[in-house]
Order: sequence, then C-alpha cells, then structure tokens
Amino acid sequence: MTAPAAAAVAPGFPDLDRIPRVDQVGVEERVARLCARSIKKDSKVAALQLALSMIDLTTLEGQDTPGKVRQLCQKAMHLHSALPDLPRVAAVCVYPSMVQVARQSLAGTAIRVCSVATAFPSGQTSLDIKLKDVCLAVDSGADEVDMVISRGAFLRGDHAYVFDEISAIKEACGAAHLKVILETGELGTLDRVRRASVLAMHAGADFIKTSTGKIQPAATMPVTLVMLQAIRDFYHATDRRVGMKPAGGISKAKQAIQYLVMLRETLGQAWLTPGLFRFGASSLANDVLMQIEKQLTGAYQSADYFSKD
Amino acid sequence: MDRSPSKLSFQTDWQYAPAPESIDHVRVNERYDLFIDGEFVAPAAGGYFDTINPASEKVLARVAQADATDVERAVQAASRAYQDVWSGMKPAERGKYIYRIARALQERAREFAVIESLDGGKPIRESRDIDIPLSSAHFFYYAGWADKLEYAFPGRRAKPLGVAAQIVPWNFPLLMAAWKIAPALACGNTVVLKPAETTPLTALKLAELMQDVGLPPGVVNILTGAGATGAALVAHPGIAKVAFTGSTEVGRLIQKSLAGTDKRYTLELGGKAANIIFADAAIDQAVEGIINGIFFNQGHVCCAGSRLLVQESVADEVISKLKDRMETLIVGDPLDKNTDIGAINSAQQLATIESYLAMGRAEGAQLYQTSASLPEQGYWCRPTLFTGVSQSNRVVQEEIFGPVLAIQTFRTAAEALDKANNTPYGLSGGVWTDKGAKIFKLTQGIRAGVIWANTFNKFDPTAPFGGYKESGVGREGGLHGLTPYVELG
Repeated sequence: MTAPAAAAVAPGFPDLDRIPRVDQVGVEERVARLCARSIKKDSKVAALQLALSMIDLTTLEGQDTPGKVRQLCQKAMHLHSALPDLPRVAAVCVYPSMVQVARQSLAGTAIRVCSVATAFPSGQTSLDIKLKDVCLAVDSGADEVDMVISRGAFLRGDHAYVFDEISAIKEACGAAHLKVILETGELGTLDRVRRASVLAMHAGADFIKTSTGKIQPAATMPVTLVMLQAIRDFYHATDRRVGMKPAGGISKAKQAIQYLVMLRETLGQAWLTPGLFRFGASSLANDVLMQIEKQLTGAYQSADYFSKD
Repeated sequence: MDRSPSKLSFQTDWQYAPAPESIDHVRVNERYDLFIDGEFVAPAAGGYFDTINPASEKVLARVAQADATDVERAVQAASRAYQDVWSGMKPAERGKYIYRIARALQERAREFAVIESLDGGKPIRESRDIDIPLSSAHFFYYAGWADKLEYAFPGRRAKPLGVAAQIVPWNFPLLMAAWKIAPALACGNTVVLKPAETTPLTALKLAELMQDVGLPPGVVNILTGAGATGAALVAHPGIAKVAFTGSTEVGRLIQKSLAGTDKRYTLELGGKAANIIFADAAIDQAVEGIINGIFFNQGHVCCAGSRLLVQESVADEVISKLKDRMETLIVGDPLDKNTDIGAINSAQQLATIESYLAMGRAEGAQLYQTSASLPEQGYWCRPTLFTGVSQSNRVVQEEIFGPVLAIQTFRTAAEALDKANNTPYGLSGGVWTDKGAKIFKLTQGIRAGVIWANTFNKFDPTAPFGGYKESGVGREGGLHGLTPYVELG
C-alpha cells in the first residue's frame, strides 16, 4: 500500500475566492450518467476485489468492547475462508480507547489501524482536548487518524479557525495519516463541501472524508464527486495526491462499484488504490463477498454463510 | 488555479468489460416496401436500396425507392383519409389514436432503441434514454392537445390544413418523425413522411406500429427514398404544408420550389451554436455541458454547441479539464451500454467531417484528438478540438455536423455576444455563469431560437424549438408547434 505523495509542508491558507462554484443540478446529472455505466463479468469481479481492498472495516459504537474489536479484527484478517485468494481490507477503524486492542489483534498483518479522534463525532470540545484525543490514538498505535472539522466554526464563516485546527491536528498526528471528516450532511450545500475540501487539503489532510456515519445524509455520490473534483484540482495545482473516503450509507456492492466508476473517470489510474481511496463501512464487506461468490459460482448464497463480526 | 503539468491517466488497469445490449428481441425484415394507405406496397418502379449499419458497414435491410408515381399514390391516400376520416373525426377520438401510438411506442421502446442504434450508429445509451422516450413523450403531449385546440387558440377556430409533407433527417430519425407527425395528427391533418435515406428503419417500424394500433389507413403514409423522392413530394400539388428538418442547402431548394404556391412550410435547418462559459461559472459542470453540447449524438445535432467561447481567465483551466473529460469518452460499438460516442452516420458524412479536419489544419488551427481506440470496421471519428481559431476560420463558420469543437476566448460579455451572433445561423446557444442577472442579459442578446442557461441540449415536448436566420423558419414543439398545422378562423 503506497502512501499518499504528501510533502512535509502543506501549501498554506487557500485563496477562497478562487474556489470554483458548484452547480448541484449539473453534479446530479453527471452522477446519473456515471451510474448508467454497465459493469459486468470480469470487470465486475475486478471492481469487487478492488472495493474489498479499500474497505475500512468500522465499529464506532458506545457499546464497543475489546471483545467486539477483536472479532472485527479477526474478520478483517479472515474475510471469507471459502474464498482463499481474496484481498484483505485496508484497515480497521475504531475509537481511540480500542486502538491498542486492534493493534495487538492485527500485529504482523498489513492491515492498518485507524482511529477516529477529536471528540468524534460532534467535535464539540476545545482544541486542547482534541489534541490529547489524537495523541491517545497515535500513542496507542494508530496508523491513521480520522478527525472531524468544527462545523460550527465553518458554518459561521470562521475558515481560519478550521484551517488552523486541522493544521494543529496534522502536526499532532506525526507519521500517522490524517483523514479529515467534513461531515457533509451538516454542511448544507455542495459549494460548502467544495470549500471545506479545499481548506482541509491546504491544511495538510492526507485524505478527505465525507461523514462520521452518525449524521444523515452520510456519503452520497454528488458530495463525493465534488470532493473528487476538489482533489483533482488540488493535484493539478500542487502535485500532491490527496485520498478520498466516502463513509456511511454505502452498504451494497453495486453502490461501491458506482463509486469506483466515478473515481476512475474523475481521477484515473493513480487513485484506484487503497492508498488513495477507502470506503468507510461496516456492512459493505459481506455484500461484496456475496457478489464475488455469485460471480464465481453463479448462485447467491444465504447471508448466513458469511460471518458477521 | 495554476495548472502544473501533473497529468491524470485514464488508461486504467481496471477496464469496463463489453456490455452489449441484446438484439435477440429485435425483428428487422430483409426488405421493406412503402407504407401507403395502411398497407405495405411495392414501389411502382420496383427499385430498392440498402440501408447499412454504419458501425459494421453491413447491410441491415433493403428498402423501397419511392418515385413520383408512389408519391402520387401516397398523397392521394392521404387526401382521401383527410377528407373521409381524419379531419371530420371527433377531436377526442383523434386524441385516443395518438395516445395509443404513444403507449405502443413506450411498450416497444427497447426494440426501437436497438434499431435506431443499428441503423444510425448512435449509442444505445442515447437511443434508449433520449430518442425513444422523447418520441413517445411528443405523441403523449400532442395527443392531449387534440381536443383542446380552442384553448390553444382562444377566441379563434382552428381548422386543419390538409396533407402535410414531412421530410426528416438521419440524426434523430424517430424523434424527428414524432416531432412532425404528432402535432399534424393532433390538429386533424394527414401525413406523408419521408425518412432519411440512411436511416429509414425506425420510421418503417413506426408504420408497423401504426397498423398495430389500428390508425385509419392513409392517415400516415411513409415513403422511403433519396432526395428526388423528397423533391417530388414537396412539389406535389396535393400538399398543403411542408415540414422539413435537414441542411440549410436543401432547405433553400425547398423554399425555392415552394415560392409562388400557397403551401405553408416550416424549415428546421443547420446551426453553429455558441456555448459561452464565463469565469464565474461552475466550471466542472460547464465542462460537462460542453461535452453534452458537442459530443451528444456524435455531434450530428443541428443545435450542437459547436463553438465554445470561454472567458480568457479560465480558458486554460477549461480546456485542460475538457481534455481530461474527453479521455474518458468511450468511442465504439453503438450497442454497448457504455459507449459514449457511436459511429458516424455514413461514409459520406465521415468524409465531410474529415475534410473539415484537414481544412482546419490547413488554416493553421491546432487540432487535438483523444487517444480513444477505434474499431476497424465502420465509420468513426475521435472527439476533436480546434484551438487557435478565429471568426474567419471556416471550421468556426460552417456546420461540421461531427464531434468537432472550435474553441475561442473572449474578455468581455459584449465581445462574447458579438462573436456568438456573428454567424449566418441562429438555432441555439448556451450561457454558463453563476450570476442570474448575467443569464438574462446575455440570453436576450443572443439571436437564436433556443438558449440554454447552465445546461445544454435539453429537450422537452412542451418547449418550442426552431431557428433564426439561416437556421430556419417556424417552431416545432409546445403550443407554438400547433400553429403551423392549423388555419385560424
């Protein structure tokens, strides 16, 4: 898994006036056209395998226990023993308090440990506490940190606060990769999604991510398209490749394939890797497995043949 | 935003497998006769010509060649049907027949879509999602008007004209037939329709459909043939009205032949539309609009946005994004569900397009084409851009009718407007800006029949369509589309 080509120094506060406008009607039309692509046979199997390799297997519940996290890690390492040649998922995503457990369970594998932080999911606390939250995650062994932006400050127009906060957290992450959650379900317009994406990338995000999964709507295709276009323009302007993670609401293999079509036709070859694209999802993996099984055997199996952890 | 040489690669390891639309359900006869007076009848002179699949160059069917004798028979049949049946029928009854045509077309949409793509080369995505549903929508829309003409023309009495001669082009064969037949029938006229020589099949399938829905014989007659058939039809004294969609050149000939007669006419001719992109537009969506404007239906669209006018400060960004987007356009088998750009309609049209490509280069324009791979058989043209052109270049002045876009820049709105209007055509135009006031100001200044704001190539049966200047006379579609088919008392 290759790391994003992020240089040490982020490009600084962006010129917000130069951020392109977004026309929602046009975005929805483009999404509809992308969804009309017909992905069949070999192409479908390849897409399903790629999708599987991009999953951040996630559990973010108040009721999570070390046992639950160990089960999830077991699932990550052994997706479906009936199909031996499957790719592994990209990461396991948990709360900071569970990072150590996940780290131990996944020791010796290439599966990364990802932790949400910064008073996830609301982010309603001071920067000081957010930084401590990040340190807990990183010190416990997280390879990746998923932070939330301060939506209150952003919606109020305090872009500098949001930018500075992301920069500070990026610094606290050290070597860990930073994914910045915009919580697009709370931003209201695609113009704001685009603006938040630009802020996050300029502040040093390695990935930008749609949602916490705790707010509806979570990831949608129009929102993801706008973020991918922001990533593309940032790449052209700075030569830096930022990753994308739609999260929440993607539970079917068919949806995952549609996202991959969108990714392929917006960013091309370089982004078709778990190093630069992830699905934040808890139930997607089993649907993808079921579809792979269907492609190989020609028959759908009962959900009871796929382990749920 | 500065654009460094960072390149995106759309040559991906993950490719789309072929996804061909099934053709098992489609029936195409080896030979088609003329549809006159509700029957398929052999042409008087016994001549037939081939219609081929432009994607494979293989013959799809043999189609009758109508001559003056056949035109005479068809016009007589249409006159009889007009006098004896159709003009005197209760309007609500006429409406029922038209509704029935609309529903039958909807039911057989898949078959019509496949045949449209086989015969004309257009991608199944478009024939399936646009041509056929929109054709059906036109019949539905005008069916509704049949018994409501007194509301369309309040205080007036709308009477039908008689027999309408309708000549349709090869770019939207069924859709153009629907645009013409539906309002004619709704107003109580009968029809003799001539489809284009290279794309007669969906019109002939429509004839079968007319039989199946029990439309009274002679109300719609369909004659296949080339230019001579059309000329004989237009010249026939039994015709009350001519409706033509096609080239400006042929439109002129028709206008000449109608001079001095009392035949009414509507002509929908060529275009060279300006698609104007301002710096404050939603750029990514504007790029998509440019794509839809010029690459829809291989650029075989009279209202195509074939001239791009882009504001100087965003020109580099727009062109670079356009090139990236063009790389993802899939050119090939029209029946593949993933194909974006199908086959050029005929060898002749391909030769025309190629002559313009050579002309543009000879005039010093920079030509850019995508790296799309093309099939070996058939007629194909890669999506193409011309930059470094001005108003005096022929590729900017003339209608190419292919996937070829000429790009110019402008600084001020006034300059954009000057360039947009500096053309003998005036069919359509597009404006892209995030400012509502600018949309109104610009659209009022563009001399064209159809103007889109922040979108392009959108069609609806309720919207009138037609041109200024050499783009034609009269309007089709909407309430306006009834006017050419009625005498108002």
